Amino acid sequence: MSFFLEVLIGGLLSGVMYALVAIGFVLIYKASGVFNFAQGAMVFFAALTCVGMIDKFGMSLWLAIPVTMAVMVVLGLAIERVVLRPLVNQPEITLFMATIGLAFFIEGLAQLMWGSQVHKLDLPIEDVPIPYLMDNYNIIVSQFDVTAAGICALLVTALALLFSRTRIGRALRAVADDHQAAQAVGIPLQQIWAVVWSVAGMVALVAGLLWGARNGVQFALTFIALKALPVLILGGFTSIPGAIVGGLIIGASEKLAEVYIGPMVGGGIEGWFPYVLALLFLLVRPEGLFGEKIIRRI
Amino acid sequence: MFYREAGQFKTTYESDNQIFPIRQDRYAMLAVLALALLVVPLFASPYMLSAILIPFLIFSLAALGLNILTGYAGQLSLGTAAFMAVGAFASFNFVARVPGMPMLLAFVLGGLSAALVGIAFGLPSLRIRGFYLAAATLATQFFVVWCLTKIPYLTNYSTSGVITAQKIVILGYVFDTPATKYLLVLAIVSLMALLAKNMVRSNVGRSWMAIRDMDMAAEVIGFRPMRTKLLAFAVSSFYCGVAGALYAYAYLGTVEPEAYNLDLSFRILFMIIIGGVGSILGSFLGAAFIVLLPVFLNIVAHGLSLPTSVASNLELMVFGALIIFFLIVEPHGLARLWQIGKEKLRLWPFPH
Repeated sequence: MSFFLEVLIGGLLSGVMYALVAIGFVLIYKASGVFNFAQGAMVFFAALTCVGMIDKFGMSLWLAIPVTMAVMVVLGLAIERVVLRPLVNQPEITLFMATIGLAFFIEGLAQLMWGSQVHKLDLPIEDVPIPYLMDNYNIIVSQFDVTAAGICALLVTALALLFSRTRIGRALRAVADDHQAAQAVGIPLQQIWAVVWSVAGMVALVAGLLWGARNGVQFALTFIALKALPVLILGGFTSIPGAIVGGLIIGASEKLAEVYIGPMVGGGIEGWFPYVLALLFLLVRPEGLFGEKIIRRI
Repeated sequence: MFYREAGQFKTTYESDNQIFPIRQDRYAMLAVLALALLVVPLFASPYMLSAILIPFLIFSLAALGLNILTGYAGQLSLGTAAFMAVGAFASFNFVARVPGMPMLLAFVLGGLSAALVGIAFGLPSLRIRGFYLAAATLATQFFVVWCLTKIPYLTNYSTSGVITAQKIVILGYVFDTPATKYLLVLAIVSLMALLAKNMVRSNVGRSWMAIRDMDMAAEVIGFRPMRTKLLAFAVSSFYCGVAGALYAYAYLGTVEPEAYNLDLSFRILFMIIIGGVGSILGSFLGAAFIVLLPVFLNIVAHGLSLPTSVASNLELMVFGALIIFFLIVEPHGLARLWQIGKEKLRLWPFPH
């Protein structure tokens, strides 16, 4: 039983990380209708830049983080200016393919700037089991994972407040509802997009730091985007609670499946199990758990 | 001036409906085919044949497959490499397990197996669309490659998972030199391209395009979406399957799951974006572009004596930038540029 709980908790905690990446997607999708395939590349870019600042320029972590944030904001602004602005009013699928191109570009750029070797990233949180849980319940839960989940929770709360209580948040929701109507009442569309992409860049940085500290900062970080996709399908593309719940479901079920079904079929099913789960779910409810009902007209 | 169809009268339906209604196109196509069939095998070096022309033709075929699905039927797919893998492994198994299996039949059967898998994974397209579907096709990609690595039966219990492809023997003739392999691939690709061209300008192609342009409206006026979409998945996967088999047999010489990774899927997607979505010619142009670009960049990097890691990263960046560039500036790709060029040539040198 304690083993089951351990796997479940481990899965839920890694699900929080998936959710964090998925939120980056949701932010951009809500505000601009762009399905940003490059989010994984942005996570990689952010983590690599931060580590590069520390390794190459000898910055401390606390200096490197704000500098990287500034870099991510600049990147967000550049993407808005160069890629998105000329593609306004194009079909969603064109925008999606453009972000695939963007993902390749950012991956190449990151490695060109900082090299392609694996970097170690030390955050001041230790990756050891929490003593209390281990002593009393014999469950091994990493302190690092719990702290990471806490940071994610903080970030999500901050974002939720930003979006529900501030002027920018209100403007953003208006843009998400209808670009043209928002423009007509005087909301500056391009500014809103720039804000959103910058925020998504910062979320990518947080995700990149947490994942990078766990697994090393390496190219594999870009595959996080592929992990976040089933989360989005499950939760719905437009809902932040959906991304969180979807992340938890995917994280937990993936680990449980790997542990309990994996040995029967040769292991390694983590790669596709979330997709199949999400697909089966889609067949029942095509808009995801919390997605908006899709109404289609001719 | 070079491209004037004045004086070419069509007096029968047949002549009006042919693939190349303009005489210049017809002759140009014949000249290209003659060049590819007769001159190239004589004069091209083995490197040219096996490192550039053969992959170019094979990728063209795969791009053709994806273009049928994405360009004509409007179903975005990121699982092209998976269908190629199914084609390659199915062909391998048919040859390995059925005694006296003719090679060409094995390719066809490989393509048909890919078509079956394509239909199975195309089923979600009936309920979901757009990038939900793109994400679903990623499932194909991961699942198929996982199956091929984990199920030993499919790799004929090879210990390393990497298998040498059998020799291509057709009617007792062994295709083992680059030139003969090239001719075989050329023949198959030309034939299938001709088929595809005819398919997309017939009933079938029109129904695909109707579904692509507005699926609900198409449904209302009587196209059956289920049949049309699944047919598109089947035909597209068939093309990709045959391309995958050729990729293993005529290009790599090995059959291994890792050769059919997500990266290959993306590269083929890039081919159709750069070449032209919804164009047969575009599949060929895009494949040529994507095959030649790394070669070109390597020469440039070599000339500037850049290290290889820089060159490979530059390649990623150039690929990405080109995709964005084409989507913004010319969403119909190289094929559209060619068309514009033809229109210009028609009036040249007096543009009024």
